[in-house]
Amino acid sequence: MSALEMREVVKEYRLRNGLQSKRLRAVDQVSFELQPGRTIALVGQSGSGKSTIAKLLLQLERPTSGQILVDGKPMQYRGAAAATYRKAVQMVFQDPFASLNPYHSIAHHLARPVKLHHPAFTRDEVDERVLELLRRVRLDEDFAHRKPHELSGGQRQRVAIARALAPEPAILVADEPVSMLDVSIRLGVLNLLAALQREENLGVLYITHDLATARHFSDEIMVLYHGKVVEQGPADDVILNPQHEYTQLLAEAAPAPERRLAELHP
Amino acid sequence: MAITTEGAAAVEKSAPVRRRAWPPLTLKLAVGLAVAGLIVLFGVLGPLLVGNPSTVRDIGLTAPGNGFLLGTTQSGQDVFAQLAYATRGSLIIGVVVGAITLLLSAFFGVVGAFVGGATDEAFSLFTNIMLVIPGLPLVIVISSYVPNKSIWLVAAVLAITSWAGSARVLRGFTLSVRSRDYVLAARIGGEKRWRILLVEILPNLIPLLASQVVFAVIFAILGEAGLSFLGLGASGSFTWGTMLFYAQNGLALRLGAWWWFAPPGLAIALFGAALSLINFSIDEIINPKLRSQTRAERNKWSVKA
Amino acid sequence: MSVLNIENLSIDYLAETTVHAVRDVSLTLERGEILGLAGESGCGKSTLAYAITRLLKPPAQITGGRVVFSSREGYDIDLSSLAGDDLRAFRWDKIAMVFQGAMNSLNPVLRISEQLEDVFLTHRPELSKAERRARCGQLLERVGVDRDRLRAYPHELSGGMRQRVMIAMALALEPQVLIMDEPTTALDVVVQREILREITRLRAELGFAVVFITHDLPLLLEISDRIAVMRDGLIVELDDALTLYTRPQHPYTKRLLSSFPSLTGDRGGFVRTGAIDEEAG
Repeated sequence: MSALEMREVVKEYRLRNGLQSKRLRAVDQVSFELQPGRTIALVGQSGSGKSTIAKLLLQLERPTSGQILVDGKPMQYRGAAAATYRKAVQMVFQDPFASLNPYHSIAHHLARPVKLHHPAFTRDEVDERVLELLRRVRLDEDFAHRKPHELSGGQRQRVAIARALAPEPAILVADEPVSMLDVSIRLGVLNLLAALQREENLGVLYITHDLATARHFSDEIMVLYHGKVVEQGPADDVILNPQHEYTQLLAEAAPAPERRLAELHP
Repeated sequence: MAITTEGAAAVEKSAPVRRRAWPPLTLKLAVGLAVAGLIVLFGVLGPLLVGNPSTVRDIGLTAPGNGFLLGTTQSGQDVFAQLAYATRGSLIIGVVVGAITLLLSAFFGVVGAFVGGATDEAFSLFTNIMLVIPGLPLVIVISSYVPNKSIWLVAAVLAITSWAGSARVLRGFTLSVRSRDYVLAARIGGEKRWRILLVEILPNLIPLLASQVVFAVIFAILGEAGLSFLGLGASGSFTWGTMLFYAQNGLALRLGAWWWFAPPGLAIALFGAALSLINFSIDEIINPKLRSQTRAERNKWSVKA
Repeated sequence: MSVLNIENLSIDYLAETTVHAVRDVSLTLERGEILGLAGESGCGKSTLAYAITRLLKPPAQITGGRVVFSSREGYDIDLSSLAGDDLRAFRWDKIAMVFQGAMNSLNPVLRISEQLEDVFLTHRPELSKAERRARCGQLLERVGVDRDRLRAYPHELSGGMRQRVMIAMALALEPQVLIMDEPTTALDVVVQREILREITRLRAELGFAVVFITHDLPLLLEISDRIAVMRDGLIVELDDALTLYTRPQHPYTKRLLSSFPSLTGDRGGFVRTGAIDEEAG
């Protein structure tokens, strides 16, 4: 896969309130293109529609109107093309405590996608691939036999990343991958994602509410407000020279200690 | 003015405790298992060791003694032998109802919720209708149609009227598990639906299923006792309920023949209590917060000076 | 002149293995200052906050040290000596707290007015109904919420407004110390900025001291006078806010600071190209 494109996608939900119903536009005419090797950040506050976009890309929801194009052709939901797509696009979830099944070992979580991607592999080959995935996310081999509750939040998130990499995808959707982790661990996990992106030439969609990490982690930023993209452009430009007033509001509201420092020691 | 502390930052982080898959053997669970186990043993082996419970003798209503551990009924039948066969009969009903309830509630609750869409709506509607139909009158109506009921028929009737509540609980739980991140991750990974149901969702449901089955068994035994007492039970067989029925008809209470009605009544109470204790222990797996709330747990904490 | 003196406080959680949540912590809170308490989950900052207001429940146990409150009127109170009615009178009157997840601390079936008036009913029973109503209105306006929202239910207010109501409730009796445990964590960045402005403004107006607990270090750098960094039950660094930011001493403080890339300045420990990778987590 060389490109994943969203063209004027709209997603509406119908909210039922007794006999009445209201239409909620979660995603409103959003267009962008994801390419391997580039990171795009999707920045927005809660309720802006960013999780909905992730679900649309992962085929967990279907767009109300607009198109999602894979290499120029419309996305398929059934058949061989759909199966290929599902292997090419993977997701890392926000909550490290909810994204792993407490009843199964880490090895099970990683072995399943490997087996689905390579049905011809023998048991040994699958095991070998599982250990290799663990190595790639800088986790020790004996983590394979442990259960999720024995791991810390950061370790679980690394397992989630390993699981996403198992089918050898081209695109990775990271939905707030570090917002539920302890502060001092976030750095490590984000740097790991950056390293893996470089090694695998992945296209990454980094969904977050944090402008600062968005700027340093991605090439391009899209600012989402009530389902609409209000600003789009190279990361440094959007942050240092915001055009839309909502972006300016976000930039001004984010904690910026240097500002206070500059005020007190001009 | 900076204050810093060095050194002590390297703290030994103890390895996280392994979570047990089985409930810890608390006193509650031990007592429950012991009592239930003894009763089941009695029901399985008892009939092989006692005499014929239906033999009528001339001696009439006699108190325990004279070779009869629990005395005789009005028609001279051995109460202890009857109790052994009655235990087996009631347990059979309990097991059959438990099994049928498990199958029906799992099908309409779990499968329906997992498949979603129109199937879910249809199953849910059916479950709600079955739930709303009054159980006891329905059982009475069905029972009165068939004059000579076997244990199996009684069990079937009880099961049909009791699976709906369980199905609703299972449906609610399955809906919540279905939307959890790891199930979504399995879908994205390309897992087939039936595999997701079996491998990801079912293990989460096992404690709840176990609890529902135990509850169904308790309901079955109590329900059967109630039915038999009203004369609508399996009149030809021996169950705790039919023993009580015959004791009532034989005016056992009025005549002070405690050995006739007390043993089956006590058996029902003890078995019900034992199963409930087991259920409470299962609840503690489902909700670990309950574990630390009992006074016994709190007393374990010693206050250091 | 200090208003709160924490001397060698130790708190343990008694369980199968005893957890030392707070270890020999000593801290002084000056009158009218904003002290930031920074740390990650599990470091003991919330436990410390609950200990000051004597809200700890078993299995938590204070195993050593004491907390002394020096009132504006000139007397000192050892908080561990308070009990019963004295403790109830003391709480909220002298030291008040805004809890973590404060937006869920409002009773969903009672109107805002009832919940605010409840504070006055408990602590100022001599007030008449009209006076109570008037005071509640004033309180709300003081935190920037319209007076006619008194009749609303919590679910009718936005997250930011609910947080302001919680702050209003805490300030009802004009306490001398306000403890805030992660008050802005669940809020949008824009709303967060507004709440912080309110707090600074109210502090200037009423002169209370604030203990602001959070994991968000850049936030603390903006509003605190001093910052204490906590880890594993210990205070590893305590310094003036700007000095901590520009010249951190302890390696843990440095690590925390580098986890927050600056929005407009340099990228801290982030390496976009992925050439270096830190061992963490």
